[in-house]
Amino acid sequence: MTIDNRANNSGNGKIMEPVINNFNVTVATVNGSGSQTSNLTLMRALFKMGIPVSGKNLFPSNIQGLPTWYTIRINEDGFLARCERQEICVAMNSATLIKDMEGLVEGGVLFFDDSIKIPISRTDIHQYPMPVNKMVRDSNAPTSLRDYLANMVYVGIVANILGIDMNNIYQALEFHFKGKQKPIELNWSMVSNAYDWATGNLHKEDSYFVKPSNKTTGYIMADGNTAAALGALYGGLQFAAWYPITPATSLAETINEFVPVFRKDPISGKNTCVVLQAEDELAAIGMVVGAGWSGLRAMTSTSGPGLSLMVEYVGLAYFSEVPLVIWDIQRIGPSTGLPTRTSQGDLRLAHFMGHGDAKHVILLPGSVTECFEFGWKAFDIAERLQTPVIVLSDLDFGMNQWMTKPFEYPDKPMDRGKVLWEEDLQKMESKWGRYLDLDGDGITYRTLPGNKAPNAAYFARGTGHDEFANYSEQPGDWEKNLLRLGRKIDNNVALLPKPIIKTTNGAKISVISYGSTDMAIEEAMAILLKNGLKIDHLRIRSLPAASETIDFVNDHERNYVVELNRDGQLQQILCLEIRDSSKNLISLSYLDGLPLTAQWVVNQITAKEDEHK
Amino acid sequence: MTEQSSQTPRMQVNLVGLSKNDYRGNPSSLCQGCGHNSISSQIIAACFEMNIIPENVVKFSGIGCSSKSPFYFLNRSFGFNGLHGRMPSLATGAMFGNIYLKGIGVSGDGDTASIGMGQFKHIVRRNVPLVYIVENNGVYGLTKGQFSATADEGLELKKQGTNPYLPVDIAWEALVSHATFVARSFAGDPKQVKELIKAALSHNGIAVLDIISPCVTFNNQDTTSHSYSWGREHEVALHDLSFVPYAEEILVDYEDGQIKEVTMHDGSMVILKKLERDHDPKNRAEAMRVLEESNKDCCLITGLIYIDENQPTLFELYNLPDEPLNRLTEDRLRPPRETIDIVNQMMF
Repeated sequence: MTIDNRANNSGNGKIMEPVINNFNVTVATVNGSGSQTSNLTLMRALFKMGIPVSGKNLFPSNIQGLPTWYTIRINEDGFLARCERQEICVAMNSATLIKDMEGLVEGGVLFFDDSIKIPISRTDIHQYPMPVNKMVRDSNAPTSLRDYLANMVYVGIVANILGIDMNNIYQALEFHFKGKQKPIELNWSMVSNAYDWATGNLHKEDSYFVKPSNKTTGYIMADGNTAAALGALYGGLQFAAWYPITPATSLAETINEFVPVFRKDPISGKNTCVVLQAEDELAAIGMVVGAGWSGLRAMTSTSGPGLSLMVEYVGLAYFSEVPLVIWDIQRIGPSTGLPTRTSQGDLRLAHFMGHGDAKHVILLPGSVTECFEFGWKAFDIAERLQTPVIVLSDLDFGMNQWMTKPFEYPDKPMDRGKVLWEEDLQKMESKWGRYLDLDGDGITYRTLPGNKAPNAAYFARGTGHDEFANYSEQPGDWEKNLLRLGRKIDNNVALLPKPIIKTTNGAKISVISYGSTDMAIEEAMAILLKNGLKIDHLRIRSLPAASETIDFVNDHERNYVVELNRDGQLQQILCLEIRDSSKNLISLSYLDGLPLTAQWVVNQITAKEDEHK
Repeated sequence: MTEQSSQTPRMQVNLVGLSKNDYRGNPSSLCQGCGHNSISSQIIAACFEMNIIPENVVKFSGIGCSSKSPFYFLNRSFGFNGLHGRMPSLATGAMFGNIYLKGIGVSGDGDTASIGMGQFKHIVRRNVPLVYIVENNGVYGLTKGQFSATADEGLELKKQGTNPYLPVDIAWEALVSHATFVARSFAGDPKQVKELIKAALSHNGIAVLDIISPCVTFNNQDTTSHSYSWGREHEVALHDLSFVPYAEEILVDYEDGQIKEVTMHDGSMVILKKLERDHDPKNRAEAMRVLEESNKDCCLITGLIYIDENQPTLFELYNLPDEPLNRLTEDRLRPPRETIDIVNQMMF
């Protein structure tokens, strides 16, 4: 992009070369005014035009009244992380207009509701007033819907000025309202009226354009919670207990919505999955432990505060060897924290949750498509290892729409692990004990309630037990059992998703990251490479760390571990797991609750590397 | 650990060919004379007499003396000893694995009436078909003699001084939470305990049994309402209760107006022979009044306080297949391959 710095005769913004498919739009509205539909419509229309696009809702913990922003990034090259640079702002909220206006780049664009009576102080930007109130009044729409329709005014005007295809806007509305003609037409008429008004009354002065492209072919748009819910249903989920908490709520709600669609028993036509809203997270995890113990594929979904409440039962599940899956859609803590802001702050808690010795299997999806994949895979791992598996997603994945690869059908049959039914027990040559390690891999055989064999039953407990599940306070029994529990997971790390490694010839330093930061990291790596810094990248997808991760860390002089928490929790865990690694693992922590930007990563690494020059 | 017991030919067997030994558990490690041991014996007797196959029972408990007891009965049944006060959630989830199993949950006053109060009330309002026994002794045993939430106001205990708080009434809490079966009994009245357990096992829904079960070590003084002597002196049975299994003839003749019959979901019957009072266990307001009066009169009302056989259980609210969920195989759990395209089309 080239910016022409010649003075502009009109004094109204800079004359620039056209900027096509590479800029950011921020929509500033009031929370609860229904702007989400309008923002999604704009974003989806851009996606259908073939232009890579992302949308992030930066919203307050509030139902109605506080300011909220929606940022849309349009990027032909597919770099879709949040970007601090703001070229275009749609200002619908008088309370934030001044700040919104100040944040615009030189030559930027301000669309504003013309009822906002604040003087526009900037002369280096382009301005488009929008007669929102008048258009809503003229629409004769019912009063109850006017707030929502007001937001459709900017959809039409922005579409007109930027060149968004109106057919794609219509498609987006059809999708949003699930084909219901009445709301589609109501919204569409407002959008098209606004579009027509702009044609007759506004003159395009700015340099920002969208042009149809073909870069979204082979992609879908989805959010991580929907992907996780569907993935779990494809994983044969049979029991989900949950308690409402932002930003995890929509995961369980989506499971509930899709059970009747995808999980009708082919034989009886009845549902093969139970969804139960518990009284709290203490009960949700208790139910899941019970269900997992009884042989059901069981999960719960929660966020940090809920995970804290689940600690004791997860410790029991680890010790009594109950398979279950927890999805933690992380928000920023400690305590109530910022419930609508994203974070990767639960990693340490999740990995070690429980008193006494405990170390849990953690899965770290790095894309929405991976949320689907880990949605089913988590059950195979949990049942194979007979242990809790905690999947860490976050608000950015969970509640935002992402351009992502289509979901793929599971590439292998379900692994139900070592389960013995009546006939299996009969066939067994050696004596069976619930905690007897017959195969030497630390994984013992389990039986399930309802097994009619007279030797099938056992008493599960959190107290010390011997190999036959009898109560035991024998020091040797305790030690042997606990060591086996450690071995069971450590010796089977190969079952977990391996890290994704990208190397550059001759790189001596690396970036290690995980989860939703991947888009920002990819972009940062491209910028850094352009700047002459050769860097390898490892995206970790599970804990305990794979041998590939350990080798990778050892093979680099400096590994920058980028994550969204204060203490560098992954860096700390890797330091524990990889001997003598504390010197070559450097924490870069980003913790303001917003999604990571590439520029921040570039600045941090550049500064750190300058120290080594 | 759970080998089929060898039966001597002389040993009495029930209709499913099992002897009482097949219903036993490990030797109890509770104190000699503990009310809980007596209750365990009655669970064994009730299951034996009802011809229940032990593999068709699943046991749950929380934490405390009471919660150890499932290890002391029905060794051939699966069991799970969960967390303090959180047996209800554990049982709720576990029973979905196979909804045809009979659930027996054993809790205590410390487990149910303090940390467990929330989960207790929620399993009750969900009407999970579970026999929920509270072995109620008014005291914390395993931690050596602290007041529990059901301890009498003014109770004096060594080291603890005087209890300043009013007690929680388990039966009352169950009733106000819409329990469909509420009974109170006394471990010193084993026959009634056994008959109530049988009735509870036949009930299609949550069955709360608040059983006063004296702690001989820490709270068995004559003056405490949780002692053997107090119970014996103050027990007022609402009726003489007997359980008649389905298809078994009622052998005893009663005079008209002297008995009430409650037909259970499985066709069995609970026969209530009138004593001094004329209690109707199907009347919830009456049940509340009886509890209120017994507290006022300082007597231990025992018997079937309330029953409603017509409420749907939690399981009935879900449209589940006939086979146990935990026996369903992959072909019934994973959507077919062709549906993945539909899923992707549903996204944008």
